Amino acid sequence: MLSSGGESGSCSKDMAVELGDEPHVLVVDDSLIDRKLVERLLKNSSCKVTTAENALRAVEYLRLGNDTLEGTVSEVNMIITDYCMPGMTGYELLKKIKESSVLKEVPVIIMSSENIPTRISQCLEEGAKMFVLKPLKRSDVKQLKWHLMKCRN
Amino acid sequence: MDLVQLQRQFVDYKTSLYHEGFLDEQFTQLQELQDENNPDFVVEVVSLFFEDSERLLNELARALEQQSIDYKRIDAHVHQLKGSSSSIGAQRVQKVCIAFRNYCEEQNVEGCLKCLQQVRHEYSLVKTKLESLFQLEQQILTAGGSIPIFSRVTKLLKGIYLLSSLSLYHIFSV
Repeated sequence: MLSSGGESGSCSKDMAVELGDEPHVLVVDDSLIDRKLVERLLKNSSCKVTTAENALRAVEYLRLGNDTLEGTVSEVNMIITDYCMPGMTGYELLKKIKESSVLKEVPVIIMSSENIPTRISQCLEEGAKMFVLKPLKRSDVKQLKWHLMKCRN
Repeated sequence: MDLVQLQRQFVDYKTSLYHEGFLDEQFTQLQELQDENNPDFVVEVVSLFFEDSERLLNELARALEQQSIDYKRIDAHVHQLKGSSSSIGAQRVQKVCIAFRNYCEEQNVEGCLKCLQQVRHEYSLVKTKLESLFQLEQQILTAGGSIPIFSRVTKLLKGIYLLSSLSLYHIFSV
């Protein structure tokens, strides 16, 4: 079943991870505490986790992943990013991801400590699959995984 | 003090921390992330919070001493402190941060200084209380007992929480 919504609908079937393998999630957040929290939440939910302390590191990591592979395959199955980060924001990172032919199908989740409706709609319009208020909870991870599973099928 | 007394003291103390607003639901979420594979998760995250907060409080004091105050910078620090306190469930610290940010926006130096004092106070309170809580846990474990599990039901049913917690520690007492 394809994902619905305002942004590009389909999820690539060329994803490198086979069904049954642990999904690989990239977590981007400048707060060490929040990185640890989200990592634990995801690992407890059978996900493989890589963390990045800012958007630049995330961009570097994602490009590195692509360089080692032929063709158009993404190393990660999902990206969760904080909105407010020094330098490049989560929104700017989202835009960069959507501009990439390889990564644009990877579901992106935006986290924020602030509930600002214009911010939320801006992110969703740009193609974020979900906008979550921090701190992340187990119920959020359940929803997240649903998006992950949808994309993998 | 015997084990059962220790466990009772632990439950009462922990209950009071929630009751008095020092900790909120997020602290419970943190504990639920801890298991046999990650037995020190809560202490690790709380220690990070202590380090981070102390650094931020020093930065804030420094920033407010300047001749020309950089409110954007102050706001950024308070935003970080608000975030980390929210992430571990340190509710009273988080609340002061919200007020602090409002004063930043107004560029009100008096208000900011007042909030810095308040946030320092709340931080030192929650730090002391969390350290006491961890100490009690350690004493229980050393005495060979297990830590009474704090369920959400216990918190919600304020009227009978004491009863529930008493029966809980009965289940876990050695």
